[in-house]
Amino acid sequence: MSSKTHITLTINDEPYRADVEPRMLAADFLRDELALTGTHIGCEHGVCGACTILLNGVSVRSCLLLAIQLDDAEVQTVEGLGSTREMHRIQTAFREYHALQCGFCTPGFLMTVQDILNTLPLRNDKEIRDALSGNICRCTGYDHIVKAVRSLVTERDKIANQ
Amino acid sequence: MKPAPFEYVRPDTLDAAVQALNHEDARIIAGGQSLVPMMNFRLVQPERLVDINRIEALTPIVQTDTGVRVGALTRHVEAEYHPLLREHFPIISEAMPYVAHLAIRNRGTIAGSLCHADPSAEWPLLAILLNGEIEILGGSGSRTVPAEEFFMAPLTTDIAETELVTGVFFPSPPASCGMAFDEVSWRAGDFAIVAAGALVYIEKNRFVNVRLVLGGVFDTPIRITALEEALVGQSANQDAIEAVLSLTTKDLEPNDDLHASAEYRLSLVHVLARRVLTCALERASS
Repeated sequence: MSSKTHITLTINDEPYRADVEPRMLAADFLRDELALTGTHIGCEHGVCGACTILLNGVSVRSCLLLAIQLDDAEVQTVEGLGSTREMHRIQTAFREYHALQCGFCTPGFLMTVQDILNTLPLRNDKEIRDALSGNICRCTGYDHIVKAVRSLVTERDKIANQ
Repeated sequence: MKPAPFEYVRPDTLDAAVQALNHEDARIIAGGQSLVPMMNFRLVQPERLVDINRIEALTPIVQTDTGVRVGALTRHVEAEYHPLLREHFPIISEAMPYVAHLAIRNRGTIAGSLCHADPSAEWPLLAILLNGEIEILGGSGSRTVPAEEFFMAPLTTDIAETELVTGVFFPSPPASCGMAFDEVSWRAGDFAIVAAGALVYIEKNRFVNVRLVLGGVFDTPIRITALEEALVGQSANQDAIEAVLSLTTKDLEPNDDLHASAEYRLSLVHVLARRVLTCALERASS
């Protein structure tokens, strides 16, 4: 029952091969096997959003996914978003608007924001708050996160309207 | 919190899936958005997990002469944006944003939600409202169960452990039909305290057929047949709706729980029933 299965996948544009036990969660695989510890684990039952990653381009909870299910998949984690030297625009917006304090929830928020900017109109703050409601932050009170996202939405729509 | 060990099987075909399910303690994983939390908590510890995500036969959404057939593996987001469903069943894209959060909707499936059968979930309510037929496959062949008979109790359906849902068929409603969905929850993405869906057919300015289904107030989504029958034949206007609204709560005895008292639930039932009936009537009239 505990025998391992070989999987191949792409993470942040890099090819990976690994042998995984079927019961290993994708979040644990990223952190413990590959040392990609940017993906954080909060609740381990799909409620807090800290472990959000992109699977084949869309946001998913990596604690509700098995590593074995990543076979052939394309994964993006927060490490693929940007680095401290070259931050992604979403990351600089979070810095600009003080959209984080302790930072534990931030990787999940960043990945969620990437998906909602791609898929949702986010016409007002209520829609932004609803779209962020799957990620829990215990520090900021959300206001600054909403401001950061609002600035990104304005930028996105300006480019789209050009 | 980690799942207990299990054997993992990933069939590519329906035949192989049925074979894999022929086991003492096998569970199907589709989106896994309800199953994996239960496995993480070890409330569920299947010996074998049958992953149906690679079975292509479970994905298509197709139009037939009489309706639309939705494959079991259709993710909530796919259902929300699919042109065929938007055209024939706009209530589905109206209801989908209420299903948890985007990351859950990206992964969770229609069949997973139906088989999990949470009493306040959106898909079971929609399936009953839209007169859906659940297609089930097992070792002895396939069968179809009307949604109304599929849900038996909280988290309990008519499906056997060796069977899987392959799709849901939604019969086309008549053109003069209006539908509406609404729900109230504490926060966006939470389970509904009460959810309501209505379907209204009118002809010559009279109600010909009405369906009102509520979620979160009983063991399964429940049709309010007393109100439905009372509206048929009446003039299609708001006064007629107001006159029968008290029938909505007549036989309901919802439970108190941490989220809401029974009294509050009954008051929500009134508010939501009025909203969805009024909105469905407007849409049927326009």
